[in-house]
Amino acid sequence: MTTPFSCRHPLAARGVTGLPGAAFALGAVAVLGLGMPAWAQDGASPLNQPWQEVEQQARGQTVYFNAWGGDPNVNGYLDWVAGELERRHDIDLVHVKLDDTAAAVSRVLAEKSAGNVDEGAIDLIWINGENFAAMKDNALLLGPFAQRLPNFALTSPDANPEMTTDFTVPTEGFESPWGKAQLTFYYDSERVEAPPTSMAALLDWTKQHPGRFTYPLVPDFHGSTFLKQALIALVDDPAMLARPVGEADAEAAMAPLWDYLDALHPHLWRQGRDFPASGPALRSLMGDGELSLAFAFNPAEPAAAVNNYQLPPSIRSYVLDGGTIGNVHFVTIPFNASHQAGAMVTANFLLSPEAQARKQRLDVWGDPSVLDLARLDEAERQALTPMDDQPARLAPQALQQTQPEPHPSWMEAVEAAWLERYGSR
Amino acid sequence: MSQTPDTRCSLPPTSPASPTGALVFDRVAISLNGAPLVALNTQVAPGEVVSVMGPSGVGKSTLLAYAAGFLAPAFDARGEVRLGDRRVTDLPASARRLGLLFQDALLFPHLSVAGNLAFGMPSSASRRERREAIEEALSDIGLTGFGERDPATLSGGQRARVALMRTLLSRPQAMLLDEPFSKLDATLRQEMRDLVFQRIREHRLPALLVTHDRADAEAAAGPIIELAAATQAPSGAAWQGAHRASR
Amino acid sequence: MAAADTSTFSRLVRLAPALTVLLLVAPVVAGLAGAAAPAFGWLPVLGGEQLSLAPWVSLARTPGIAEMLLLSFTTGLISTALALAIVVLFLGAFADSAAFVWLKRLLSPLLAVPHAAAAIGLAFLLAPSGLAMRLVSPALSGHTTPPDYLFPGDPFGLALIAGLVVKEVPFLLLMSLSALPQCQADDRRHLALSLGYSPVTAFLKAVLPSLYPLIRLPVYAVIAFASSNVDVAMILGPSTPPTLAVSVVRWLGDPDLSMRFMASAAALTQLGITLLALACWWCLEQAIRWCATPRLTDGRRNSGQRLGSLLGGGLTWLSVTLLGASLLGLTLWSLAAFWPFPSAWPTPLTLANWGRALPGLLPATLDTLWLALAATVLATILVIGCLESEALNHRSMGAGATLVLYLPLLVPPVAFLYGLVQLQAQLSVAPGFMVVVLGHCLFVLPYVFLSLAESYRRLDPRWTQVAAGLGHGPAAAFVRVRLPLLLAPIATASAVGIAVSVGQYLPTLLLGAGRLTTLTTEAVSLASGGDRRLTAVYALAQLLLPALGFALAIGLPRVLHRQRRALLT
Repeated sequence: MTTPFSCRHPLAARGVTGLPGAAFALGAVAVLGLGMPAWAQDGASPLNQPWQEVEQQARGQTVYFNAWGGDPNVNGYLDWVAGELERRHDIDLVHVKLDDTAAAVSRVLAEKSAGNVDEGAIDLIWINGENFAAMKDNALLLGPFAQRLPNFALTSPDANPEMTTDFTVPTEGFESPWGKAQLTFYYDSERVEAPPTSMAALLDWTKQHPGRFTYPLVPDFHGSTFLKQALIALVDDPAMLARPVGEADAEAAMAPLWDYLDALHPHLWRQGRDFPASGPALRSLMGDGELSLAFAFNPAEPAAAVNNYQLPPSIRSYVLDGGTIGNVHFVTIPFNASHQAGAMVTANFLLSPEAQARKQRLDVWGDPSVLDLARLDEAERQALTPMDDQPARLAPQALQQTQPEPHPSWMEAVEAAWLERYGSR
Repeated sequence: MSQTPDTRCSLPPTSPASPTGALVFDRVAISLNGAPLVALNTQVAPGEVVSVMGPSGVGKSTLLAYAAGFLAPAFDARGEVRLGDRRVTDLPASARRLGLLFQDALLFPHLSVAGNLAFGMPSSASRRERREAIEEALSDIGLTGFGERDPATLSGGQRARVALMRTLLSRPQAMLLDEPFSKLDATLRQEMRDLVFQRIREHRLPALLVTHDRADAEAAAGPIIELAAATQAPSGAAWQGAHRASR
Repeated sequence: MAAADTSTFSRLVRLAPALTVLLLVAPVVAGLAGAAAPAFGWLPVLGGEQLSLAPWVSLARTPGIAEMLLLSFTTGLISTALALAIVVLFLGAFADSAAFVWLKRLLSPLLAVPHAAAAIGLAFLLAPSGLAMRLVSPALSGHTTPPDYLFPGDPFGLALIAGLVVKEVPFLLLMSLSALPQCQADDRRHLALSLGYSPVTAFLKAVLPSLYPLIRLPVYAVIAFASSNVDVAMILGPSTPPTLAVSVVRWLGDPDLSMRFMASAAALTQLGITLLALACWWCLEQAIRWCATPRLTDGRRNSGQRLGSLLGGGLTWLSVTLLGASLLGLTLWSLAAFWPFPSAWPTPLTLANWGRALPGLLPATLDTLWLALAATVLATILVIGCLESEALNHRSMGAGATLVLYLPLLVPPVAFLYGLVQLQAQLSVAPGFMVVVLGHCLFVLPYVFLSLAESYRRLDPRWTQVAAGLGHGPAAAFVRVRLPLLLAPIATASAVGIAVSVGQYLPTLLLGAGRLTTLTTEAVSLASGGDRRLTAVYALAQLLLPALGFALAIGLPRVLHRQRRALLT
């Protein structure tokens, strides 16, 4: 009864980045001014204590951090974080390794329906996108807490709307940014001379190299992200994707996507009759040589995979012409967390320049920093500037080309239609 | 073993037990699912061997199971068994002090020969007393030096003798013999009959022998009770216990 | 009996069946209730506050639902039928042979392989870029890059069936071996041989009719497992669509929380499909009995001899070889640096993967070990209590009680585990070690019972009677006679229990809130990350612990009873 490949990476999310920062400001005002939740008025809550008080309260606490455990690099990084928190704040950080963030959502939900309001088993969750939206919609989160973290200001949230918007959903302080992701293509340079740099080119390339490309099974978020990327490229008027699907002729808008996939599928791996279960499964197929071209959602992932033998050294990374979809991933605190102060101190430490710099190192994890370099001193800036140490790594400037995501309702429509058309054959 | 009375421990381990009185089957009647199976009303004097004979299925073994305390719940028994003035049928099986001998020697395979003998002895005796009693018992049956042997390495006759000594060392107050010679070959059978009946007389134990071999009954030199084939009840069902029958 | 036995020992022993039933029934029933409410629209925390059939309607409208149901149903029945046929034919054809002795020796290590590890190994072996294709490439196959064929993951579920069969054959074989002596198989077979029947026919006509009723419940457990398992189906089964159980887990994990309603309906449907598969099997049993009974006495002495022994031998060894090659593949991957197609041997070999895994491996191994020991000790004590109480009462448990013992094996875990977590939260039972131990017990206990019951019941009751005749009461007879005589089967049953506990994923994760890190939770979360080398390391570690348990189970009685010939056979 195990579920090895049911990965839904916490980076998994569907939605749109880049809603105006005003959304955050508005939301924050609403929550702070009027809709202050009952638990936030409790005098003992760390939400309205001075930061020193929070740190004091956090001492000696055990923080259960529920985070996807599928990447040994991430796990190793969190081991380091645990050591630092122990040393600096006397916090015992326990990494609860999940194969799927939804398991944490389920537990908080079960606890809430059982009336457990202050003894939750989970203190901190690595999350974004749909899982966050679901928890927020169902009032399963503590907050707002992000702006209470001293290091949150280092992300310059007013200037960087993606720090306060999680796939079109305003975070309203209910989660704190941790790292960045962007859809990144990679290929085996020994087999592929000129990789396709647009969706149209990808179809031609696949026809010439049948069976050497595929995408993960929808609704795995890697697969869904690929569909989103294709939709952005194929739709007549990309601007309509920023609005809810009901306001447009969805059938007509999606028709080019189905034409494209109908043409693409016969030339995919297994003729499109089977799909890898997840992004990591896609990477394994690259490592086995079954595929020549694939993609990841962490720009450092291909390089890291070369370093631990999962991919050949001839791997090279790139993004499509005009850029690819990108987003931010966060940490959040359940409404009933037993160790709220400890969770907040942990979230704050994750945002520290030191922790962010270490996280970005390719030999550690390679996850891009969320800090605004302008807010940092020279030494911190140095530490956060990546060195070009691995040819498989994406050039840093490629990350500048980030495309906004469609409104989440588009994703739901696309996924449902995909499952209808291709989900059972 | 809270149920085990300690009285017998005051005696030297191998000396004959003091006579305790007769083994009485007082109007014992056993039925199976309401159908009468077997009945017995008799008295066995100390040192005497009463033989119960009859064809298979007549309920001979059921009688012994009842006396020893192992009657399966499917059987219904009336009457009582007394040992002297003790009503043994009121006692748990382990407190009845009835020595059993079966067709098979049933030496515990996880214990050595000496371990098997020690198993039957009262726990109150000192280690030295126990060791001496075991050595004496072994030499008594011509198996000196066999103490540490694995029972599996013994011959059939040797095993039968060890089983007899194990029973006697437990200082029983009566003996129940369930066809104890039927699996031995002819010469060995004669030898064992002599040994068993001699010991029973020496220890002045009342004994009930169940057999279908007339030679056994004659060698026992006591009263013979013939049971008539009255029912079709399966033999062995009593001993095996109904809990095996449901599968 | 006139003398009622009222010692503390007897009273404790008589408590065991009630405790066991409570331990097994309460969680399953409560868990099912927890799944039933949302299936009919009731889950207030998600806004479900009135009963409705909407979840069932949306389930019925799910694309591919018919294929999912059919796939679960057919793979469950076909894999069970195949595994049973293989076992029966093998027993018939090779009962007295050296092959039989060999397979008996291999049995324990084969049983120790967790399902997920076997499935991962099999996928490594048979995939287009797998070990098998590498061995024939490019020399024989001509492929320098992996071919593009759809296996595993084929739409008919053949790979899934293969994966299930290789794991079920050892299990059914173990169950049959412990049941054979009870139906005097050797005597019957020898008699039939002396009457001129060929070996396979002799087994089929003289032994099987008595053997099958004894292994029927284990067979049902296999059907239930095969029709509802998640791990093997995820790794080896098709994806468009997958089996129902896989979909249930996916829907339950969907970030869209409103999917929980439909997922609960699907979980109950999974229970239904498993029951349907069991019912079909029962009908098949009746049909076969009806057809076969006249043939038992038709006097033919060679029906199917050659085909039977060919299939029985061939398929058994194929299963064993597949499993063995899968393990070899796992080992190679755990030692591999980058290992491109088509090289069949990884160069260079490196210990770096083991080195990387070691810091996490040690604490996970300890947690796994404590959990397995605690669950197995508890389960073994309860099982022995139940069996001892049978012996004290001179009566075996009724059919109902036996069914209860198998309940957790017959009800698909996905159907009740999520409801159980709900209950756990409701009762404010803190997630942690004890809860997980109890959760493991649900699955460990039935297997311990399966492994131990026959030996325990077969133990000659006269041993206890001799002990009583020598003045020892039930407690002393139990400790000094029955336990030592049953040491070997108890050790084996405990090893089976440990293997089952080590393999548990969902109960550990759900009831422990993920706080207990075991080898299996690590292996699964790593497998979700696709790092095949680390996954292989953990899969092997996952296998090592039960293997150690089996080695102890075989070795310990041999050491303790080294002077006791009668106990070593």
